[in-house]
Amino acid sequence: MANDYKKITLDGLWDNNPALVQLLGLCPLLAVTGTVVNAMGLGLASTIVLIGSNLSISMFRKFIPESVRLPVFVMIIASFVTCIELLMQAFTYELYTILGIFIPLIVTNCAIMGRADAFAIKNPVGASLLDGAMMGLGFTLVLMVLGGMREILGLGTLFSDMQLLFGPAAESWKIVIVDDYIGFLFAILPPGAFVGMGLLIALKNIIDKRLEDKRKAAVTVTEADTETRRVRVTGNIS
Amino acid sequence: MALIRITSPHAHRPGNTGSVMLTVLMATLPGLAAMTFFFGWGTLIQVLWGSLLAIALEALSVKLRRRPVSFYLTDYSALVTAVLLGLALPPFAPWWVMAVGISVAIIIAKQLYGGMGSNPFNPAMVAYALLLVSFPIQMTSWTAPFVMLGDGWSVLSLGETLSAIFATPSTAVDAHTMATPLDIMRHRGGFTTEEMWVNDALLANGIGAWHAVSAAYFMGGVFLLYKKIFTWHAPVAMLTSLTVLSTLFFLLMPDQYPDPFFHLTTGATMLGAFFIATDPVTSATSNKGKLWFGIGIGILVFVIRTWGNYPDAVAFAVLLMNLCAPFIDQYTQPRSYGHAKPNRGMK
Repeated sequence: MANDYKKITLDGLWDNNPALVQLLGLCPLLAVTGTVVNAMGLGLASTIVLIGSNLSISMFRKFIPESVRLPVFVMIIASFVTCIELLMQAFTYELYTILGIFIPLIVTNCAIMGRADAFAIKNPVGASLLDGAMMGLGFTLVLMVLGGMREILGLGTLFSDMQLLFGPAAESWKIVIVDDYIGFLFAILPPGAFVGMGLLIALKNIIDKRLEDKRKAAVTVTEADTETRRVRVTGNIS
Repeated sequence: MALIRITSPHAHRPGNTGSVMLTVLMATLPGLAAMTFFFGWGTLIQVLWGSLLAIALEALSVKLRRRPVSFYLTDYSALVTAVLLGLALPPFAPWWVMAVGISVAIIIAKQLYGGMGSNPFNPAMVAYALLLVSFPIQMTSWTAPFVMLGDGWSVLSLGETLSAIFATPSTAVDAHTMATPLDIMRHRGGFTTEEMWVNDALLANGIGAWHAVSAAYFMGGVFLLYKKIFTWHAPVAMLTSLTVLSTLFFLLMPDQYPDPFFHLTTGATMLGAFFIATDPVTSATSNKGKLWFGIGIGILVFVIRTWGNYPDAVAFAVLLMNLCAPFIDQYTQPRSYGHAKPNRGMK
């Protein structure tokens, strides 16, 4: 069981990352990752919705008829999104206005629907909860890395406007990388997000390939003196 | 796309990519000379600076891709990209504009797609479009042609030009910047085109410089046609469709739309027609395909110039048609001898 949880965690964060591998939820990913704070706001909102929807769908999985499961998922996800929207309106109003339409659009985020249909409907509550959290976390991390890249390139700062999410104390978190930066508009516009996303996916593939090569080299060394030969070892990155 | 869909027989010709690219470089010389003559040393410096960067970055990325460096450097395609971008940039654009442009052109638009011959988009135009979108101020401050520099204005010397391009903004000599004719026509407010021709200083006095530069590009293009570097299809189709469309609108509403001659001789029309639309890698392959490719560019240039947000449109038009090139290739595949007309599309 513990092994299962480890696999779920790794899947969400790396092996089956919703943004880098499944390429789901690209619409918000590309639209709002202009700065770290926007990315983080939307990532956290999506994560909370994902955890909530995975949890409740897993809880009621015995009662959801297969033929109408998708409408049921949408209803559940939409209720959580409404909650998040109202909460953000109440506590982080400025961020709410910046993210705008992309908060209600979390309903249509395929990553959430995908996890509901691929995981939560088939698995017990604990595993689904962890899956939702890890997938959400993986999604948020990618959003934040992309947001950071675009913010540095586009505006020459990092962590600007964090007070929108963490209150006035976070105002001093802003790091100015380059003084009097002229601004690189391309990085802020959607094409920059596409290019940045492509580079991130390439980076992940390179790292995976390196790890694979390393593991293969290790396996061939030890192969001679081990009796059992493992045919598939996916998901075991150490 | 580089996928060859022309049917055999394929006749060989002497020379290789390198010699073709060198001929193209030679053909840009009249344009380069005209630009330097009318707008000062800026263009020459941009071209040299861009070439230097392009060679360095090409060597670096080819090396990182573990390919033979000298083989890929001697096809001179990186140099052509740098020269074309250098001709397209405003002469006094700061050095980092060219640096960003060349990095994007060589690394992202060319090498990430697989290097020479595999890039779907013209690298120089990708870089130009990106720069235009990213740095609108730097990219639209063109220089006044020297024919207008009367009363107290003079062409910047080589040293002043160098410091204008490479020095930090605070110490740089202020070049005499001014919009391009297309820019002026685009943002003419409520004036009619006739009023603009009389009232605007550049359109009234300085337009000759632009005509001369276009003529120089045209000469270079004719030289390349004579050397059979490309066929006439794409440039002629592009210029024809642009002329037809602009004539039509000019005749309908002469005070709202500039005349076709203006469209042909300002901006990057000639450069685009002969040096960009004829790129063997990113244009359509068959002769019929090249015709459609050129027609598409001509139409898009007119449409974007007239109703779009940007004054000139060649880069955007070329990129959009680059995107269509595989599709055009698919539908203009020549019939191979002895075979029936192929069935294409959904049946």
